This record gives sequence, C-alpha cells and structure tokens, in this order.
Amino acid sequence: VNRVQPRWNRGTVVVIGMVLAVVLAGIVALFASTSPDGLERVAEDVGFADTATDSAVADSPLADYVVGGEDTDGATWRSVLAGIAGVLIMTGVAFGGFWALTRRRREVQSPAHSNR
Amino acid sequence: MHIPDGFIDAPVSIAAGALAIGAVALSVKGARRELTETSAPLAGMTAVFVFAAQMVNFPVGAGTSGHLIGAALAAILIGPYAAVLAMTMVLVVQAIAFADGGLSALGLNVFNLAVVAVVAAWLVFIAVIPASARPSPRRLWLAAVAAGFISVLAAAGAFALEFALGGTAPLSAGTVTAAMLGVHTVIGAAEGVITALVVGAVAAVRPDLVFGLHRGEPAEAIAADIDAAEVSR
Repeated sequence: VNRVQPRWNRGTVVVIGMVLAVVLAGIVALFASTSPDGLERVAEDVGFADTATDSAVADSPLADYVVGGEDTDGATWRSVLAGIAGVLIMTGVAFGGFWALTRRRREVQSPAHSNR
Repeated sequence: MHIPDGFIDAPVSIAAGALAIGAVALSVKGARRELTETSAPLAGMTAVFVFAAQMVNFPVGAGTSGHLIGAALAAILIGPYAAVLAMTMVLVVQAIAFADGGLSALGLNVFNLAVVAVVAAWLVFIAVIPASARPSPRRLWLAAVAAGFISVLAAAGAFALEFALGGTAPLSAGTVTAAMLGVHTVIGAAEGVITALVVGAVAAVRPDLVFGLHRGEPAEAIAADIDAAEVSR
C-alpha cells in the first residue's frame, strides 16, 4: 500500500492557518503600508482617481477596517477589533458556505432524498 | 486592486457582473467535485487566510503598496472551482462589511480577482505541472511563483480592458494599460513569492492536501488512508 506517513493531521493544518489569519488581520495589519495600492497609484498618476465615488456602505461600522472610523481616538485597538471581526465574519461565511456545499452533495446522492 | 464605484460605467459593470454570476454558478457545480466533507474546512480556512493576508499591504517602492490577491494560492491549495468561490466570498465580505471595493463594482472585482486571476493561475500551474504528481520542491516553487505572478498581471489586464470599454474618465486606454501592467509586475512578483512560500509550507507537511498536486480522485485514496490512520491513533 502506497501509504504516506502524515507528519501533521488535517485539523492541525487548518488550525495553524486560522491562527495565522488572526495574527495577520489583528496584528500584522497594523504595520501594513498605508501607501496607495497599484490601482490607486495608477488612478492618481494617469488622472482618474477623482472619478471614484464613496461606497454606499462607506459609513458602515467596519468601513476601512477600523471599528467606528479612522478619525477618532484609539484607532489602533479599533483596527485590531475590525481585523478580528473580519476573520469571524469570514469564518462564518466560508466554513458555512463550503460546509453547505459539500453537505448538500451527500443529500443529493442519497436515494432517500432523490426526487429526479 | 479593488475597484471602487465610479471608475467603470454601468454597462461594463453589469456585463462583468453577469459573467461573474455565470462563473460562480459553474464553480458551485465544479467545487462539488473538487471538495469532500473532509476537505471543506481546508477550503474555509483558505478563504479566511486570503481575507486576512489581503489586509497586509506591503510597500513596493515609489510610494505604492500591494497586497496578496490569493487567487493562485487558493487555486493551488483547494482547486480552481473552490478557489473561485473562496475569492468571491472574500470580495463580497470586503465590499459589504468593510466598504473595500465598490458595491456597483462588485461584479467587476469578482470577475477580475475571483475568475480571471484564478483561471490564469490554474492554467499556468497545470502548464508547469501537467498531471497529478509529486514534483520536486523546486518545480512546485516554479509553478507557484509563475501562477501567482501571471494571476496578478491577468487581473491588471482585465481592469485595463474594462477601463478601455467603460472607463468614466476620457483617458488613453493605452496609458492606463501600460501603467497597470508596469506597477503590477512588481506586485505580481511578490504575489508569486508569497504563493510559493505558503504552498511550499503546506506541501512540506501534507502534500496530499494540495489540490494542485493530487487533482482530485487518485490521491483521495491516499488521503482517506491517512485519515483512517489518524482516526485509529
């Protein structure tokens, strides 16, 4: 049998990825560059940056990855909170989404649920 | 490279949105073949990791920053169809909860970053590693770097095309295209390196979890074998 001896189990890989995500979103992001990104740079240099309009949700509580907006006190902690909130929301959406996707396949395959 | 509202006119935004919806629908079908109940958490983690990594802008010189897109990373780790879905989830959460990327531009952003970037990355990856295999670490590194690099240039090129078709500012499409490809050459190089580092790390401990290496069925038996060994421990 072509057995591969696993060094880490599947759950460990997932947990390490999740811990890294929390560290990236909650801590490392505090040290991220605030310079314009590639598209923003091009828009400024070529001259169409002013055609951008505010998102309809620009005033939402998590807008720009700072809870309650960038212009008030304690922005560092509120950035940490926004990053962690983002990871929590994404965890719900992504684990929920992929779980539903794979769960439904099993139901479709089950004869008891087949109505085609 | 998230497009805000206002850069691209309504017809092109709607057309890109329609293409994006079609691609996502196709990917729902495709991802059911790529994923199993046991690999679903890995797909979920990949989406969360990409979201978090996208928050970390790194300087690329000349007062400009870039951040990981993650399309190549997701395609290689969980397969192209699941990657389209993971990237779409990231972009939807960013647009709705974080006002990152416009709402009317969501279709454009999904099309560029979740569809074009994933497809480009996957085509490059399978060109370098044609079949399910255990390539040398060096070859895997090469495939991941190339996939990451090309995925960013493809997304930048897609924006340039959309700007040429429906940019609201009356500017030269050629100038925008050259500027987009120029700055994203540097960002793409970083994307390639980060993609290779993460894929390499996962492949070093569990190569059987990397979709780009097992490509679905044959290695699933090996994976099942490993899972059985885990359970019995």
